[in-house]
Amino acid sequence: MDNFTVGVVVFPGSNCDRDVSWALEGCLGIRTKYLWHESSDLSDVDAIVLPGGFSYGDYLRCGAIARFSPLINALDEFVKSGKRVLGICNGFQILTESGFLPGALVANKNLNFICDDVELDIVSSKGSWFNNEDEKQTIKLPIAHGEGRYHCDSDTLKKLVDNELIALRYKNNPNGSSFDIAGITNEKGNVLGLMPHPERACDETIGGTDGLFTLKSLILK
Amino acid sequence: MDQFAVKVFVRLRPSVLDPAGEATKSASIKLGAEGIKSLRIGKMIEVKIEGNGENEVREKIDLLCDRLFANTVIEDYEYSLEKL
Repeated sequence: MDNFTVGVVVFPGSNCDRDVSWALEGCLGIRTKYLWHESSDLSDVDAIVLPGGFSYGDYLRCGAIARFSPLINALDEFVKSGKRVLGICNGFQILTESGFLPGALVANKNLNFICDDVELDIVSSKGSWFNNEDEKQTIKLPIAHGEGRYHCDSDTLKKLVDNELIALRYKNNPNGSSFDIAGITNEKGNVLGLMPHPERACDETIGGTDGLFTLKSLILK
Repeated sequence: MDQFAVKVFVRLRPSVLDPAGEATKSASIKLGAEGIKSLRIGKMIEVKIEGNGENEVREKIDLLCDRLFANTVIEDYEYSLEKL
């Protein structure tokens, strides 16, 4: 446990990598290691965070180019081994583009880049990424995105609902996401993608600590 | 080796809302253009590519469209191909 290391992936254009590392190391005492996107050696990390930002300038589509990096190629085996992967914002977009999670993230309905705190309902306990001991719990996390509208076809949505893969839903949908979806997991539960930024809610001095639980849960087996 | 000029059109699927298209439609109406029933924005990608004949080039372009140029969860694509 003492040696548990979270790999924080750095793409050209990532801009939340240091925030994630700060939150994990400074607030939770979890060791981190930056992983350059050209690296495909994931042998010395126990969990991975794909942080927010604008990988490859969001060229073509958000996350579309990052998908072809050596690191994302190596991620398949990492995920299959059951290790945990958290994709935040641009990281979520990369996880959908590369097929680790279903659906896609498209331009916000109102075309605004939305920077705000949002209330979120914790919907599923899959993967134990959120503290939902109570029947239904609400948390508040910051969002900051221009392309955060979750979209999927009706069959996929049914699958998400039936298999309890929807992790978070917006209380007041800010971006037009289907079914108010803010975050989803894969079937196994070891991959979570979400648009809100838990790493920006890890200290009372910056407005809240509702993100701590999710980051802390990276160390779960 | 033959060389081809390929034009790939990528469009949001009809079921996906296009807010940029809606905003442009609204601006078009403000400009005074009448009769616009719908306006949707897509992408056009121009590729020059070499290959042994049209079939081989089509295979390459199909792969590029399916895996990279378009995200088929939200987008459709089509292309035209011209031998140079």
